[in-house]
Amino acid sequence: MSSALSQISAVTLMNLRAVPSRLGTSMVIVIGIAGVVGVLVALLSMGAGFEATLAGTGQPDRALVLRGGSNDELGSVITRDQAQVIADAPGVARTADGSPRTLAELYLLTDVSKPGSSSPNNVVVRGTRADVGGVRPEFRIVEGRMFAPGVREVVVGRNLAAQFPTLALGGTVEVRDGPWTIVGVFETGDVHESELWVDIEALITASRRQAYNSVMVQLDSVAAFTAFKDALTADPRLTVSVQREPDYYASRSEQLHNLIRYLGYTVAVIMAIGAVFGALNVMYAAVATRSVEIATLRALGFGALPVVVSVLIEALILAAAGGLLGGVIAYLFFNGYTVNTLNFQTFSQVAFDFRVTPALLQQGLIWALVMGLIGGLFPALRAARLPVAEALRAA
Amino acid sequence: MKYLPLVWAALWRRRPRTLFTMASIAVAFLLYALLTGVIAAFNAGVEVAGADRLVTTGRYSLTQVLPQGHLQQVRGLESVHSVAGQSWFGGYYQSERNFFPQFPTEIEPYLAMYPEIVLPEAEKQAMLSTRTGALIARTLADRYGFKVGDKIPIIAGIWPLASGSNNWEFDLVGIFDTANPKDRSLYEMMLFHHEYFDEARQFGRGTVGWLVVKVKDPDQSEAVIRQIDALFANSPNETRTATEKAFNQSFVKQLGDIGAMMSSIIGAVFFTLLFLTGNTMMQSVRERIPELAVLKTLGFSDGQVLALVLAESLALCLIAALIGLGLASLLLPPVSAKIPGFSGLTLTGEAFALALGLALALALIVGLPPALRAMRLKIVDALAAH
Repeated sequence: MSSALSQISAVTLMNLRAVPSRLGTSMVIVIGIAGVVGVLVALLSMGAGFEATLAGTGQPDRALVLRGGSNDELGSVITRDQAQVIADAPGVARTADGSPRTLAELYLLTDVSKPGSSSPNNVVVRGTRADVGGVRPEFRIVEGRMFAPGVREVVVGRNLAAQFPTLALGGTVEVRDGPWTIVGVFETGDVHESELWVDIEALITASRRQAYNSVMVQLDSVAAFTAFKDALTADPRLTVSVQREPDYYASRSEQLHNLIRYLGYTVAVIMAIGAVFGALNVMYAAVATRSVEIATLRALGFGALPVVVSVLIEALILAAAGGLLGGVIAYLFFNGYTVNTLNFQTFSQVAFDFRVTPALLQQGLIWALVMGLIGGLFPALRAARLPVAEALRAA
Repeated sequence: MKYLPLVWAALWRRRPRTLFTMASIAVAFLLYALLTGVIAAFNAGVEVAGADRLVTTGRYSLTQVLPQGHLQQVRGLESVHSVAGQSWFGGYYQSERNFFPQFPTEIEPYLAMYPEIVLPEAEKQAMLSTRTGALIARTLADRYGFKVGDKIPIIAGIWPLASGSNNWEFDLVGIFDTANPKDRSLYEMMLFHHEYFDEARQFGRGTVGWLVVKVKDPDQSEAVIRQIDALFANSPNETRTATEKAFNQSFVKQLGDIGAMMSSIIGAVFFTLLFLTGNTMMQSVRERIPELAVLKTLGFSDGQVLALVLAESLALCLIAALIGLGLASLLLPPVSAKIPGFSGLTLTGEAFALALGLALALALIVGLPPALRAMRLKIVDALAAH
């Protein structure tokens, strides 16, 4: 056994020391696999970033109430009477003075263009209250100030402001019934940073709406959700759907995330097939150039196994190098790269960062090793079956 | 032409290597065809948009509703041929997963405006005489197994019935297709009567989502756009009108960087491929240096040797590209029929031509360095080395 191991290590080391002499062809494996892994990781990091932005929104001790049957805030209608019933339900947290910690909000879209383009983008306008921080403590003004109650002023989410330079502090944006002044930039660390927030009373007047879209509720505790939900669903005055806030936002990212994942894997699988053929080419060529060397080793009494292992290890090392290279390139070029796109589940623009996570890099490396294994296995078997006498005679 | 057997023999000198290289080039072109198909699907709306059609929406957003009175006012304009009001229903069949667009529509003027939608006359008449009737795209009918005569339950995402219930039901009276199969993804939808929708819904009565306007003279579109928007300027319901093309384009643009993403994937694929194929060509020439020297000894000129190597590279790339494109045209129709919104994807003539151009370029880039090397070969040196 130990002799087999020492044979393997001897042959493998000898083989690896010779790799620099065929560096050009070896690079084909490295670059081919780097291409696959780079594309895979970049695409999946886009999906992961999108999902993280939406799924990272909301607190488990908050609930979102929509009209029953509506899948999103845009398609939901909650009347003023219903909003009152919801605020009075059991489980709703209250402030020191006894008022319910709920936010009945208006949710509209307005068209915003990028500089130099007249093409509209569906940007969310959320009508909320100036004291929104009472229910959403993650809200923080980072530049300028909060809008004043009843006034046509806007605060812009940080991500949105970065993607749409037209939404600069001190400028205006057409919300409803003419331009509104941008007075501040806010952060929440989640999907709301892709929104415009305005005073709800000002928006109700300007849009001539009589009803809200949704009601956000701060619950007494995470556990209070069930009682709150049961009370509302049993109430004959209401037809509403009650969801924990994180569940709602996670469900809004599902379709686009799946689409990106589906695309990423399809492209990567097809590319991987191409790269495996490339690797096979290289490894067969490597075996061919080493045929005399391998035959000599076999003639000296080395077994077939050390030869197989040495070829496989060479392929795996080159593949791992390719996987690392692809992962590093994806990380350098894409990690933190911010894009915006239309989330068709909410029909609105969402800005998000690509996230090249350790899990994705690990996945890329596994793909690389599998490609290396397949690309190395058949040439390795060929090497082991090389007829010794013929190979030596050919030299 | 007489050198063809020579090129062919050289190409298959090492069968496995040529096969593997061809396979990886074929795979790259397969991917190219699939991805350009996806990009084409995104842009389909822009290409097939009618030059004589405009879309009028609320000034601030497509999602604003407009009073029905707008329909009559626009119809009254001298330069307007016809108007059809439409809304976004936003419902779903059984679960949100089975989403497809449904549009409450003024059916008669709408169908007249869209000759690209093909519907048997009998089914059209049935639709016009059935209040709760619905029309659905062939691709959707196939996907969900709907047949004419079925009752289709749709759960309201936005508009409940007056009773508060979300359960709408429509009678499927017609199944339409598009005149050109590649437009299918654009009209993958369900249509039903605006009049029925407006009567039956709980709130929002007397409004419409947007107007599709057919102009009398497409050359006057810009003027009509100004006329329509001027009608409602400074009213509580201002409008924004655009050509259907610009309207569809704005959706593509909303997707933002996805198109750029696709192009960069294609770029990465071809860059990777360049490496793989270039390596094979180099290898193949390196191995044959003595043979090439023999050819030169026999009287082949430098130019002829260059041409031979280039021809080999061309044959390799073109054959492989054709295999990849052939595979793609076999795979695209069945695969795209399964993905909502991508029905009718095919490999267009332009994409095909562009692919052949790419194959040509690839052949030159990977073939030229070894071909030049072969051309510059000195007979004595080449033979002496072996």
